[in-house]
Order: sequence, then C-alpha cells, then structure tokens
Amino acid sequence: MAIPAGRVTALKGLALVLVAILALILPVIAPDPATTGMAVFTVMYIGLASAWNIMGGYTGYISLGHAAFFGFGAYSFGLLLVHLNVAPGYLPFVLVPVAGLLTALLAVVIGWVALRTRAATFVIVTIAFMFMLQLLGENLVKLTGGGAGLALAYSHDWGGDFFNIPYYYAMLALAVLSVGVSWWIRRSKFGLGLLAIRDDEDKALAVGVPTRSFKLTAFVISAVLVGMIGAVYAYYVTYLYPQFAFDPLIGISMVLMAFLGGLGTVSGPVIGALLLEPAQMEFAYRFGASRLYLVFYAAVFLIVILLLPRGIVPSVADLVRNWRHRRQVGPAQQGLASP
Amino acid sequence: MSLLEVKDLSKRFGGIVAVDSCSLSVPAGSITGLIGPNGSGKTTVFNLVTGFIAPDGGEVRFKARSIAGLGPDRIYALGIGRTFQLARIFPRLTALENMLVPVRRAGLRALLSRGQWGHEKERAMEMLAFMDINQVAGTLGGALSYGQRKLLELAAVMMAGPELVLLDEPAGGVNPVLLERIAEHIRHLNRQGTTFLLVEHNMGFVMNLCHEVVVLHQGHAIAKGKPKDVRENPAVLDAYLGT
Amino acid sequence: MTLVVEAAVLGILTGGVYALMASGLTLIFGVMRIINVGHGALVVLGAYLSFALFRSLHMDPFLSLLVTMPVMFLLGVVLQLVFIRPLKTDREALSVLVTYALALGIEGVLGYVFTTNFVELRAWYETASFEVLGFHITWVYVFGFALCLLILGALFLMLYRTSFGGAIRATMLNRTAAQLIGVDVDRVAAIAFGIGVATAAAGGVVFGITNAFNPGSHYDLISRLLTIIVLGGLGSLRGAVVAALIMLVTEDITQVLISPVWANFVFFVILVAILIVRPQGLYGVRVRDRI
Repeated sequence: MAIPAGRVTALKGLALVLVAILALILPVIAPDPATTGMAVFTVMYIGLASAWNIMGGYTGYISLGHAAFFGFGAYSFGLLLVHLNVAPGYLPFVLVPVAGLLTALLAVVIGWVALRTRAATFVIVTIAFMFMLQLLGENLVKLTGGGAGLALAYSHDWGGDFFNIPYYYAMLALAVLSVGVSWWIRRSKFGLGLLAIRDDEDKALAVGVPTRSFKLTAFVISAVLVGMIGAVYAYYVTYLYPQFAFDPLIGISMVLMAFLGGLGTVSGPVIGALLLEPAQMEFAYRFGASRLYLVFYAAVFLIVILLLPRGIVPSVADLVRNWRHRRQVGPAQQGLASP
Repeated sequence: MSLLEVKDLSKRFGGIVAVDSCSLSVPAGSITGLIGPNGSGKTTVFNLVTGFIAPDGGEVRFKARSIAGLGPDRIYALGIGRTFQLARIFPRLTALENMLVPVRRAGLRALLSRGQWGHEKERAMEMLAFMDINQVAGTLGGALSYGQRKLLELAAVMMAGPELVLLDEPAGGVNPVLLERIAEHIRHLNRQGTTFLLVEHNMGFVMNLCHEVVVLHQGHAIAKGKPKDVRENPAVLDAYLGT
Repeated sequence: MTLVVEAAVLGILTGGVYALMASGLTLIFGVMRIINVGHGALVVLGAYLSFALFRSLHMDPFLSLLVTMPVMFLLGVVLQLVFIRPLKTDREALSVLVTYALALGIEGVLGYVFTTNFVELRAWYETASFEVLGFHITWVYVFGFALCLLILGALFLMLYRTSFGGAIRATMLNRTAAQLIGVDVDRVAAIAFGIGVATAAAGGVVFGITNAFNPGSHYDLISRLLTIIVLGGLGSLRGAVVAALIMLVTEDITQVLISPVWANFVFFVILVAILIVRPQGLYGVRVRDRI
C-alpha cells in the first residue's frame, strides 16, 4: 500500500514546524550582518512572490507592474513617517498597515481600469501604471523629493549588528501573512473560483462565478500585501528614490520566483524566493557594476520558462503522483489535488 | 406556466442575421427540444438567453422577469444553467474541484465561510455517484475521457440546483450506450423538477426524450408542438430538405 | 500659437518613428498573439549596432541600415525559433516573460559592451535645416520621417499585395483556418517576427538620431510603444500608425503648452481614458473568445 495520507500530512506539519523554528531563531544562530541582511531580503521576496501569486498564479492575469504597489507602499510609509513626525524605533511599524490601506485604495482604482481588458492587455496596462507611478514619484517633487530622494528617520539605538533584526522579524511577519493568506485562499471556494477563471474564464461565468469582483478582490489583496512589504522596505533602506522604489526589476523578480517555484501553488513562490534571492544577491554583488547580472536574470528566466514551464513544485508533485499511482491499484484517494 | 419566454428576439453580426424575430416558450417541468438545420441560429439563441451576447432586440423572460442584458454569472445565479457544444470543464482542476466551482445564489459571505464546505463536498460526491463517475473524483479534468467530461459538465452545472438547464448538443460525439445513460439522467433530473431546453441534431434522441419541440429556420421559429406532429409538418421538412 | 504648430509638426515627425516601431510590435502580436515586451530593447540594439558601425567605419546611420536590417531580421527569426516557438501552452503569458527576459539580456550585454553612458547617432549633416513658413525643420528629421514612410509603405504593400502578405494576414485573422488552406503558419510566424525586428532596427536608427540613448532606454520606449498599440488596438497596423501620431502630437503639444515634465504623463492619461471608454482600442475588436 502507498503511504497513508494521514502520515504525509503529519510529515508536512512537522517540516513546517521545523522551518518555523529555524526562521524564528535565525538571527540568534547567525547574527552577522551579512547573513541577517540577506535574510531580510530573502524573507521580503518570499512575501512578495506569495502575494503576487495570489493574482498572477491563481487567476492567470500576469501583472508586471506590481512594483507600482511596492513603491507606493514605500512612499506612503515614508511620507507618513516624515509628516506625522513619528519617533524612530519600533513605533513606526504601526504605520505599515496604514500604508497597506492606502495601497488598497490605489489598487481598487488601478484594478478597476486594468481589469476592463482581457489578460493580454492587462499585462501591458499594469506595466503602464507602474511607469506612471514612477513618473509621479519623480515629478511631484514637493511631495516626494523627486529624483533627490526622500530621507527617513531611523533608530540610532539600533546600532551595528542589531540593525537588521527588527526588520527581519517585520518582513518575516509579513511573509507569514502572505503565505497564510495565499494558503487560506487556495483552500476556499473563492480560490477555486480564481483557478476556474484561470482555466476558462467564460466557463467560470457560465457557472456563476462573479469574475470581475473575484479578480478585483484578488488583485487588491495581492497589492495590499506588496504595499506593506514596500513600507517595511522603505523603513529599512531609510532613503527612497523613485527609480529604486518603483524598480521594474523588483516587479519582475517576484514574478520569476513565483514562476520558478510554481504558479498557483502555495509553496511554489516560497521555494522560488529561497532559491533565487540569495543567488540574485550574490550575482549583484559580484557583477552589479557591469550590468552583467541582468544577463543572469535573463538566463535564469529563460531556462526556467523553457525547461520547467510549470515550475518546481508542480513538476515534483507530478513525479510523486505518478510514483504513487504506480504503487497502488485501489480506488481513488482524496479528491483534492495537493497545494 | 412557461418558465422561459422569448419574444421577437433578434441578433445580427455585421451583415448576417443570426436570429430573426424568434419567439418561443419553454413550459415549466418540460423537456423541450430546439431543432433546425445547421446555421439556423440555435446556439446563438442559447448565447443570447444565457447572457454571453446581448440581443439587438426582443425580450427574454425567465419566470416572468426580464433577463436580457444580464451577464452569464447573474443568469446562473437566477437559476439558468447551460452546457456547451464541446463539453467544457476546467482541465487543471480535479473532477471534484470542478463540482465545487459553481456559485450558488448565497452571495459573497457564503463563499468565504468554511461551514458549508463539508456539505458541498458531500453533495458533489453524491452527484458524481449519480452520474457514475465518482471513481474519477480525484482525476484532473484534462485527463478525463470525452464522455466523462460530458457527464462532469452536466453534474457540475446541476450543483447550484438550476431550475432550467440549456443543453447544447448533449448527444454530440457520444456512443450509443453513453447516449442512453445521458437520456436517463436527463429524464431523472426532469422528474425531480428541472426543466430542460436542448439543442440537438440527433432526431432519435430528440423524439424519444422531448415533450415539446421547437423548430428554428434562418433564425426564426417556424413550428412548435409535440415531436411527432412537428416531424410531419411540411414547413419543417421543407426547411431541412431545402437547405 | 506658432509654438503649438511647431510642436504639432514635430509630433508628426516623431510620430512617424513611433508608428514604425509600433507597427512591428503590433504585427508580431497579430500573427503570434504574443506581446513582445523586448521590442524596445531591440530598437535600442538596432541603434547601438548603427552606432558601432558609425564609430568604427564612420558609416552614415541611414546607410548602416543596409547592414543592420538584414542582420536584425535574421536575429528575429532565430529568436522566434529558439525562444518563442517552443512555448506550447499558455503562450500569451509565457511569451511576455520570455521577451522581458530577452530585453533584460540585451540590456545587460549592451551595458557591458558600451557602458551605461548616453550616446547619440551622429550624421555630418545633422545641423542642416531649412525654413518653411517661418519654422525651422532639420533635415535629419525629414529623412527620418521619409524613411519611416518608406518602410511603412513597403510593409503595407507587402501585406496587401503579395501572396506572403496574404498568408500573414490570414494567420492574423484565423490561425487554424490559415493552416487548413495550406499556410505554413510556423514559417509565417518566424518571418513575421523577423520583419518586426527589422523594422525595429530601422526605428532604432531614427530614434537614435533624434534622442540620446543608453541601454536602459528600452523601458521608456516599450512603455510608450505598448501604450500606442493598446490605443490603436492590438494587432491593427492602421491602429498603430494612427495611435502613434495622436500620442506624439498630443505629447509634444502638451510639452509646449504645459510643461515637459507632464508631457510624458499625457501618454498614460490617454491610455487610461481609452481603457475606460473603449478597451479594445481604436481599431480593435471586442472579442468574446470560444463561444
């Protein structure tokens, strides 16, 4: 007989607990700033990729402009911090959800316009909106400081090695939130509706799925999470420039990670981020000055798309499913496909 | 009482008149057939009734309420389901998941609550068992055979308990054994209260199954009545043979 | 007022360049239903190729087209064969990512070879100008515009007068039907992509003469080109030309009347307006697929 389903779930649960413990104590077992710095960005991208996947992976509507929400969240946070004169330290983290709320409003507006078109044009519209926001960031100089940038206060008490730690936990919290929301959606009827939209949007309509409101909801949820992560990013880097806050490369990285791991799965984006972000940082460190790291991006992207178009998690799941199928001859197992 | 009432429905695509002042009514509790030569506008009527295209003129009333211009999802929520000429299911979802996609009229909150989930899964498995395809509940839609897909499509549409189901060529592309099974399922569901309107070319299937038949020709309804009466109607013969 | 007219004229002249670039992009979409997000990078690549030829052989940019267009055509065909054709499922979504990756790769390589400093394509006659009704018009702009007209004209002629053009149009209208009447759609796709890239090379020359550019310029370019083809209607060549002219004239007039800073923004305002009023664009068709 094959491994009973209950045992598999128990194993998965155990693995999850181990990962959670490891993530929580990471700054304790590896406190050097190089590692914690990489940890901050890796966890940031786990959150970003999972959040992006809620729209791009589940509905199949690829947004290449999510950097717009990232930057908007970053600037919202920055401006709130500056204008409300919040004292640096732990208090500013309270502003993160506020930035998220503001991003939600933006997402409703952008989503309402962008979702009037079918999937092909949607991609283009999201790119356009990203550049629009970048332009606004650069040109509304009185508000954002324009090209000269916006300086944010930070806590001088958090000296040297400690500095990364609060940000790491903040990013970790947001990553857990992103993955959690993604998981919950995947198991819900709402999530099934999204996947149905991806497979055959007209058929989904024919069985009563309210596609417009579902798509918009997924889009807004995705944007809010990205916006909040952008807010923590702003606080972390303490200086905002439009071209780095609204950086298309951030937008494309989260897409690539979700893709590599497996679109439409819960664990896929996590794995994609865990694999790519450290590699990305390494490459940027070595070749950043000469622009060759762009070639690295391009190469990874092309290899993933052409050789592993469904991503790692679905391909592995397929292998496991085929192996299991060959091992048992009996009746069907649980009706639901693995996440 | 007529469940579905179509009056003077019209639709043109550029220079082509697909539906020309078409009127028909579907009595509640019946199995009504919609027949006609190729190109007579049958599928277009379906698309108009189910909200995939907007009519140029005329009325569509469901339970005396006008539904012309509503979107397909609203129309399903009101109680009209449909199947497609080439059976459409969600290929990347399992058969069971396919059954769980259809949205009942309960609204957004019901979708997010987990409470109903258990009940729905039970109902879905029951429905699959009724159609004799419960053994493929865990198989991806894309891996199913065409016959299985047809049955799955019908089963999934029934999940929200629609009062009227429009079947687009239910007998298309199926072997005689499966054909009889499908006819039996339709009769069974009809006895339980579902009204059916089906488009079909297989005359034997139509004559055996339908209580009423409407004949379409060049977008217009030219005859209606009991199957054997329609079969002998000279205008109908002319339409089929003349084309 | 004269400033506005001058801006309008400039808009028409630059609109021609964008029309040329956009037509390649919309042709590629029409035939293959893919969005070539790397089109801007290909334009920049074409510009750099001409730049390299100028730097090493002192070749006039317009003359360099005799070299760069065939080279870029071949490049286009190769790219299509290697990176686009293998995509079987989910082609629309995946092609966006593939072409974006190609754009990044091109940007990386160009940055490595030429550095990120801004450069320009020069011609010895570039300051020569003439006067018409009190306006100064530089000859390079006129040549550029003439080139665009020439190539666009050739493109239209090819599409509507040759049998290969017919094959392309058939594929654009209905791929399956085209296959059924004997069109080798794969070959058509590869060649159409090549043509699209070749027009990018031509566009690159005119773009490079009238703008300073660096490897990163493709972002700005592609966002404008994409906006233009959405406005014109995806797949419509006529739409691309009309939309390019409308966009550029509006932008240049805005530049003069309001400010250069907001001129860029006008592009997106028009895009949003179109999406709200007529999402399929000027010449596009509202498609409910697969009924």
